[in-house]
Amino acid sequence: MNDYKLVGKDFTPPDVMGKVTGKAKYAEDFRVDGMVFARMYTSPMAHGKVTHIDASAAEAMDGVIGILTADDVPAVEAPNGAILTNSPAFIGDPILAVAAVDEKTAEDALAAIKITIEPLPFVTDPLDSLIAGGPDAREEGNVYARSREGSGFRTVKWTKEQIDDFRAGKEPTGEFAAEWKYGDLDKGFADAKVIIEENFVTTGYAHMSMEPRTAMAYWQNGTCYVHGSAQSHTFWMPGLARLLGIETKDLVLISENTGGGFGSKIGAYPIAALPGYFSKKIGRPVQLRVTGEQEYYMGSARVGFQGWIRMGFAENGKATATDVFIIEDIGANATGGDASSAGGAISLVYDPDAMRFRGLPVLTNTTPRGAQRGPGQNQIAAVMAPIMDKAARELGLDPLAVRKINAANNATTVYEEQRGVTSAYLEEALTMGAEMFDWENRRQQPKKNGSKVRGLGIGQGYHSAGATGFDGLIRITPDGKLHIHTGVGNLGTYSFASTSRAAAEVLKCDWENCEIHNGHSEKNLPWNSYQAGSVSTFAHTRTNYVAAMDALRKMKLIAADTMGGEPDDYDIDGQRVFLTENAAQGMSYGAIAARAIQLGGEYSGQTYPDDINEITQRSVQNLAGSGLVGVAKDNLPQEGTIPGLACAFVEIELDLETGKYEILDYVGIAECGTVLFPAGLAQQMKGGAVWGMGMAALERHVYDPQYGLPANVGYHQCGIPTYLDVPSVTRTGAVDIADPQNPFGARGIGEPAMGCSVAALTSAISDALDGHIFGRTPVSPDMIVNHVTGRDQSFLPLQTNNF
Amino acid sequence: MASFDVMPDIQLYQPVELDDALSLAERYGDGGWVLGGGQDTYGWLKDRAKNPQAMIDLSGIDSLRGIRTTDDGIEIGATTTLREIIRDERINRDFSLLAQAAGRVASPQIRNVGTLGGNLSQDTRCWYYRRGLACYRAGGNLCYADGPESMNREHAVLGASRCVAVSPSDTATAMVALEAMMVVASASGVRSIAAEDFFVGPATHITQMTALEPGEILTAVRIPSKWAGQRFYFEKVADRDVWDFALVSIAVAMRLEGDSIAESRFVCGGVACTPHRLKNVESAARGNSLSEASADAIAPLASAGAIPLNYNHFKLPLMENLVRRAMRG
Repeated sequence: MNDYKLVGKDFTPPDVMGKVTGKAKYAEDFRVDGMVFARMYTSPMAHGKVTHIDASAAEAMDGVIGILTADDVPAVEAPNGAILTNSPAFIGDPILAVAAVDEKTAEDALAAIKITIEPLPFVTDPLDSLIAGGPDAREEGNVYARSREGSGFRTVKWTKEQIDDFRAGKEPTGEFAAEWKYGDLDKGFADAKVIIEENFVTTGYAHMSMEPRTAMAYWQNGTCYVHGSAQSHTFWMPGLARLLGIETKDLVLISENTGGGFGSKIGAYPIAALPGYFSKKIGRPVQLRVTGEQEYYMGSARVGFQGWIRMGFAENGKATATDVFIIEDIGANATGGDASSAGGAISLVYDPDAMRFRGLPVLTNTTPRGAQRGPGQNQIAAVMAPIMDKAARELGLDPLAVRKINAANNATTVYEEQRGVTSAYLEEALTMGAEMFDWENRRQQPKKNGSKVRGLGIGQGYHSAGATGFDGLIRITPDGKLHIHTGVGNLGTYSFASTSRAAAEVLKCDWENCEIHNGHSEKNLPWNSYQAGSVSTFAHTRTNYVAAMDALRKMKLIAADTMGGEPDDYDIDGQRVFLTENAAQGMSYGAIAARAIQLGGEYSGQTYPDDINEITQRSVQNLAGSGLVGVAKDNLPQEGTIPGLACAFVEIELDLETGKYEILDYVGIAECGTVLFPAGLAQQMKGGAVWGMGMAALERHVYDPQYGLPANVGYHQCGIPTYLDVPSVTRTGAVDIADPQNPFGARGIGEPAMGCSVAALTSAISDALDGHIFGRTPVSPDMIVNHVTGRDQSFLPLQTNNF
Repeated sequence: MASFDVMPDIQLYQPVELDDALSLAERYGDGGWVLGGGQDTYGWLKDRAKNPQAMIDLSGIDSLRGIRTTDDGIEIGATTTLREIIRDERINRDFSLLAQAAGRVASPQIRNVGTLGGNLSQDTRCWYYRRGLACYRAGGNLCYADGPESMNREHAVLGASRCVAVSPSDTATAMVALEAMMVVASASGVRSIAAEDFFVGPATHITQMTALEPGEILTAVRIPSKWAGQRFYFEKVADRDVWDFALVSIAVAMRLEGDSIAESRFVCGGVACTPHRLKNVESAARGNSLSEASADAIAPLASAGAIPLNYNHFKLPLMENLVRRAMRG
């Protein structure tokens, strides 16, 4: 147990009240004088070239202010996404925008626009592109590989026999674009008592942000003000400035609340820059409201996998070797990297003695792909769980035992480089979860009851969960108040607030005496990390720690200078700095802050460290002279992968006659170092569980391959789980062992909270069906009915974007 | 491709007398859009996929709302909400099949405002059609859902004729099983239509799901006492327990004499453009008891004549399984 005042304690994040009362403002809610409304015309074709635009009728309409086309914005080299394009590569690719005095006029104008598009070949399934003679999603090629050595297009084709063999479950023999390995693979398989070989497909599906990527912009004296829907805050600045063709000093970003991003709004996306260009062109503030339908076209989706894996296990269940090959569906804009991350996850969570990863990113004319919670790690978690179960079955072992013997621990090494981890206690998490779930007892219960059969599953999730090198900035004002400036975006996880408490913890401040400044560049925010990859907790407890330590150093210097003695003679508590040997002799934080202003220099931000980011520098300059300023870059030591880990146990009751199942119980355990904010952690674990349940069974991404037409352009068609599709109670816990490389012992958890859930579900479904492995997510009722009744599935093996 | 989501300019009428609503329906004909709870209205209009001239809102007409006892059963006003049906004591006592079916419609929120008339009259959910494509049902000359690569997991396995869309209504199957009569009014009078005839397939009328003609309004549904208190079975299989439409559903009414089935109505949803009666199952069931053995013997008849599309052959065993479950004791 620790004796923290704030760390590990619950609190009410400051944004909660606005969200439950409806007072919280999102990008769409802002209005400024003279603002006009823009709407987009997007491509009706999956791939083509715009040859003619006739906007004359629209331009002649009363109330139409202007039209923005691809000619008005910077050209972008394929396959990167453009603000507007004349070379659309998926249905819904933005072609132009119309601005009008109101939205209805803008819609009327859109209906009057005539665009001629010359169609080009298109494809919605990577294997249909990869097969000899198959269409390429881009004229430049069908593969876009990114690597440190250089990125570029390629055209890769496999023979029909190679595709057929792959679909049949055989090891892929076609060309690949990436490879890494460690250990002696041949020896690993030779040492194996059991070798499991499976192919798999995981369908990518939309991020489904409730708030579409609406943005509003206007210019004042050369500064562009953008109200956007941002998952991160200061991390957005360089990218958005680049898109707008300006410097970060000339950009103000306002994004105080964000209605979900889930990986699709990590950095500035092209369409966020459209209102800035449009506003500059017509001289009016412009709000571009993206419709819900358009959000599905261009709001991105998870990368889909089509893969093959061979895995060897020793007699005791230890993984001896893993050979994995993954084709990534990277959409039209070539956002990927999930496959290699999946390989990395295997190397950590299951820690095989030897491993080879091969990957091939293939372009399709489908919605742009982007990182989605556990990008790569969570797809492979779903694949791996039934494989672990199959190995256990063939070895006569408890599936829990096979997880434990391979569980990530402090000696685990990861990826090709086989680097270490900061700490890892997955076995402890499995033990805790098994006890909460009563695994042993449940394993002994009868499985079948009429048409219903019980299934038990265990899942494990992982994502690297930390980042370093960002800045912290705090300020104490003469009224004694602690101001915590944070560039952490408010994506709904409360991390902007929970990590801010680290500064208050160091300075022993009452939380009621603290004020968080966030969400608006003019609130003088520091350079902070992206809010993704589960990094915020680790990264920004560190940044707030170093800023607070800088403030503490300065406060003790001021105290010694004012009251005599050495700085080390002083201590803090109760918002006072006092002599350790005589607590009555001291100064309040307010008095110290007033003195800092008098002294100037580093004390009140007139000078600052050289190594802080230019964004932080400008914020400090703006704050200089207003109080005692603590500012520092996180240069704390850090070595090795920072793992966020989780495991889950689930029991389902599956009806063999309907293919439906009910989740009877769910236990999720977090292994994320010290628990920073218990209520927030519980919400992450529960929200992740629901998302995993959706990935396992419900959420779909359907494209008509003949027309390249997406079916899923709304919540209903996408099949997100609802309140009544998930258990009313999901139980959670946490291992709560401090990580040595964080001042408070904390690591992140967001992504593994979902990965463990989808994996537990695929494991439980397999268990209910006597070990059958579908090798696919989602597993839908029709698939179960077809399996139980001995029918073939409707789709081709490895077919994707079909559910 | 424009994306629309703003409500277009449209006349809105909110009559409080049925006669006024009928006059408006007659005046506007094809250009009139009759709505009750409005749960399948605003999407169509905001998307500009349907462009009527006027909305005729029936929710202010008191005479269209409520559940009344008749000489031979009950009459349910068309704007009675699904929630009111689910909670009605008489319906739960005598026609629990309908209460169960209504209880599986959409979501609690939609059931709170969605009406019986709206649920029975709603348009198909074929995603190609809903996208505004110019298919047969939309007046075009193509069925996008019935091509060699079409994504038609949710579509018809029976009764297709150019169009392969299915009826989405959960209460429709119950109404056919209960031999309900639809009361349809127009400015020129009132007619009653048997539920089985109210729902029309593409071979009859490819752009309509019901027998309602322009100018007509469904005012009430009458359920005869014939099946009151008999044995019922309802089950809906959908991807999600909320919001989703049936992959396959079944509504069954059975009259038992002793242990054997004297008469029955088996009606499947989600398999055809109309609620689909399994007449061969009904015939085979007659004289049988409810048992595992008779369930096994009769269930295979359920999918007779079904012709699956690319992605929906699972509906055949699912139909059989639902009949099997209904036939168990």
